[in-house]
Amino acid sequence: MIELEARTTPSVWMGVLSPVVALAITVVVAGLLFAALGKDPVRGLSVFLVEPFHGPRALTELGLKATPLILISLGLALCYRSNIWNIGAEGQYLIGAIAGGWLALSVTNAGLAMPRWAFFPLVVVAGAVGGAFWAGIVAFLRDRFHASEILVSLMLVYVANLLLSYLVFGPWKDPNGFNFPQTVNFSSATQLPRLIRGMRLHAGFLLALAAAAVMWAFMFRMYRGIQLQVGGPAPAAARYAGFSSRSALWTTLLLSGALAGVAGAFEVTGPMGQLTPYVASGYGFTAIIVAFVGRLHPLGCVLASVLLSMFLIGGELAQSRVGLPSALSGVFQGVLLFSLLACDTLILFRPRWRRST
Amino acid sequence: MPTSGIGDEGDEPVTPPRLQLEHITKRYGTLVAVDDVSLTVQPGEIHSVLGENGAGKSTLMKVIYGAVRPDAGVIRWNGEEVHVRTPHEARALGIAMVFQHFSLFDTLTVAENVWLGLSRDRSLKEVTAGMQRKAEEYGLELDPKRPVHTLSVGERQRVEIVRALLADPKLLILDEPTSVLTPQAVDKLFVTLRQLASTGCSILYISHKLDEIRSLCSQCTALRAGKVTGTCDPMQATTASLSRLMIGTEPPKLPHREPRPGALALQVRNLGLPRLDRFGVSLEDVSLDVREGEIVGIAGVSGNGQQELLAALSGEDPRAEAHAIQLFGSGIGRMSAGQRRRHGIHFVPEERLGRGAVPTLTLALNLLLTRRESLRALGWIDRGALRKQAVGIIDRFGVKASGPAAVAKSLSGGNLQKYIVGREIDAVPRVLIVAQPTWGVDVGAAAQIRGELVALRDTGCAVLVVSEELEELFEVTDRLYVISKGRLSPSIRTHAATREQIGEWMSGLWPAETAAGLEEAR
Repeated sequence: MIELEARTTPSVWMGVLSPVVALAITVVVAGLLFAALGKDPVRGLSVFLVEPFHGPRALTELGLKATPLILISLGLALCYRSNIWNIGAEGQYLIGAIAGGWLALSVTNAGLAMPRWAFFPLVVVAGAVGGAFWAGIVAFLRDRFHASEILVSLMLVYVANLLLSYLVFGPWKDPNGFNFPQTVNFSSATQLPRLIRGMRLHAGFLLALAAAAVMWAFMFRMYRGIQLQVGGPAPAAARYAGFSSRSALWTTLLLSGALAGVAGAFEVTGPMGQLTPYVASGYGFTAIIVAFVGRLHPLGCVLASVLLSMFLIGGELAQSRVGLPSALSGVFQGVLLFSLLACDTLILFRPRWRRST
Repeated sequence: MPTSGIGDEGDEPVTPPRLQLEHITKRYGTLVAVDDVSLTVQPGEIHSVLGENGAGKSTLMKVIYGAVRPDAGVIRWNGEEVHVRTPHEARALGIAMVFQHFSLFDTLTVAENVWLGLSRDRSLKEVTAGMQRKAEEYGLELDPKRPVHTLSVGERQRVEIVRALLADPKLLILDEPTSVLTPQAVDKLFVTLRQLASTGCSILYISHKLDEIRSLCSQCTALRAGKVTGTCDPMQATTASLSRLMIGTEPPKLPHREPRPGALALQVRNLGLPRLDRFGVSLEDVSLDVREGEIVGIAGVSGNGQQELLAALSGEDPRAEAHAIQLFGSGIGRMSAGQRRRHGIHFVPEERLGRGAVPTLTLALNLLLTRRESLRALGWIDRGALRKQAVGIIDRFGVKASGPAAVAKSLSGGNLQKYIVGREIDAVPRVLIVAQPTWGVDVGAAAQIRGELVALRDTGCAVLVVSEELEELFEVTDRLYVISKGRLSPSIRTHAATREQIGEWMSGLWPAETAAGLEEAR
């Protein structure tokens, strides 16, 4: 019989090891699932685990998918460390996409010619303002009316989705687009600068990596970052120290909203090049898993973003190569999060074999 | 089968002991918490288990109560070997326990909490009535309908005592039960316990208060580092001999030096604050003075407005009128906790983990709650300076920790308290407010903390100590106030006060007219 015995101190080792063990469990479950579906497990697994890393094109696509996940999960990690449960990053991402789309649309319609590197900061600002505005609504309602940020942020996702639909089905619809719900293709001036010729990977990826470094410094080397993180585990200590919980609420929500918004703006001015309802890709929700798999640590967020991008790409490949539904990647994400939470038990507890009495 | 009927207890000379522990050992990893401990409790005996925090008393009691399973050893109950696997089985045998750390659900009421722990056949109404009866019988003030989260530490302990008594136990284990009672209430509790013992109920009384043990208990087993260091009859023993059993030496005496009060540092004038929730205490017309170079104490039973007064003084509750609280003549009633700290008021709260320190942060980072010396431009933390500062405090105050990178929750209560007190003293405050400076702290650390407070006073700092331990207030303070039901008594010089008098005042019975006279006599 296995018994769980409380550890006197949380295990540092298990904290690092737990995501690895969870990944191993996910791989085993994936293999079993392939076998059960009558596919070759080795072939299936290689589609998920090997092919996303195979060759320069695959690697840049991985970076492309990881970019929004890194940006969003960094903001969420800060929120969750501060005990602010923003689960509506998807909504903030969409409003950022709409803001970025509006900017690109304006430039396109005005026929402005400007260098791509000059347009890049404008995209960042537009996305940040859009996302921060949407998260600001959550902060305001929580601050003013004590409305739960969990519910409000989640419900605002649907509002943002409907707003996007309204725009692409209505006022922003391409008049020559055969009535498809989409805007005109943005002019090439609005395209994000690409890092490698012929590949879709754009400058936003570098910005995401820089954001991770800045977030690390903010979380662990800046007074303000420490202040925010006191309010999460010990609200009474924050009151005692005189750290304002209102300011923590606003700071974390605005910051995470801005990061999610930038991710959205990058998506429409980067790989998509126009606004369509398909901007709503679920990055905002996947980033929640990324943040936890990454231990709410900026470096962990980067690694976990790559991991989850691998699942996303693997899902698409599985559809075309092995003939399995791409929804499979959702299943694997779920298994991963589930086994991670289970493994996390071992951080605080130690398993012990005991002869049954 | 051995006979274990209730009928042959009492006057039968060959009655088996109520409880016998033989060679009990319990290990946690490499730590041996309880090491080959044997002890015997007779029916109707009040048996004290004496030892410092961390000596293994609590673990031993949990073994008896079935909350912890021993790795080796035998437990005999009325002469029969028993395996107490769960607290439920312990209760079925007739063992009740009042824990030092309370096991109450915050969101439930007092009565619901107690009801949950009982067998299903009693209704909540019956339990409520039963609790009220027991509470009256033993003189313990208690409102069964209050939610637990609104209770102070002392009040929670009261709930646990009444809960234990409700089961009419054959063996009652009490873990440090008196720290939150007035001297009169302690006397009353002792009367109750003696009465309980005379009906045949055995009592295991865990304490480090030697005077109490000497007046109450007829047997004593001393533990140090998990081992039995001796047994004796405490009524025959001296405080010094008990102390030697417990810590190996006699407790250091705090030399008393006359205070030299200087300028008026902290002044509260007619402070009134309505309570924040239904179960808080409203402060009414509170006035108090603390001068430089003196230690002023506030005595009182917990839940009489101490928390509210402390929050109003520290700035965690900034609702007071600006001029109701003055620091060297300027009104600070509306300032936040951070602003007040920058003006020189430092505060050590009652709760160490979660308020005085963030459990999951390192000792070094915990400095940042109240200290800003190691911050550079834009709030960049100078890690080297922070580390050095933490090491300085750890060294100066003798904190036992693996270093400045140890997380706060890895420290024992006493060591964390030394660190927090050290953090605030090291800031060179103009006014230091300390709540429960030695709650749950072992004798050596407590003596050290008290010594530090007196030393701080002698440097000219104004010190305000709020404590529920009267002994401590008599030892360190120069002047005393008493708080009762949100009102503050006039002050009295500590060495002119008697325990009985302060005990009466704790019930709110201070004579208003003689108060003026006392104030003048200062």
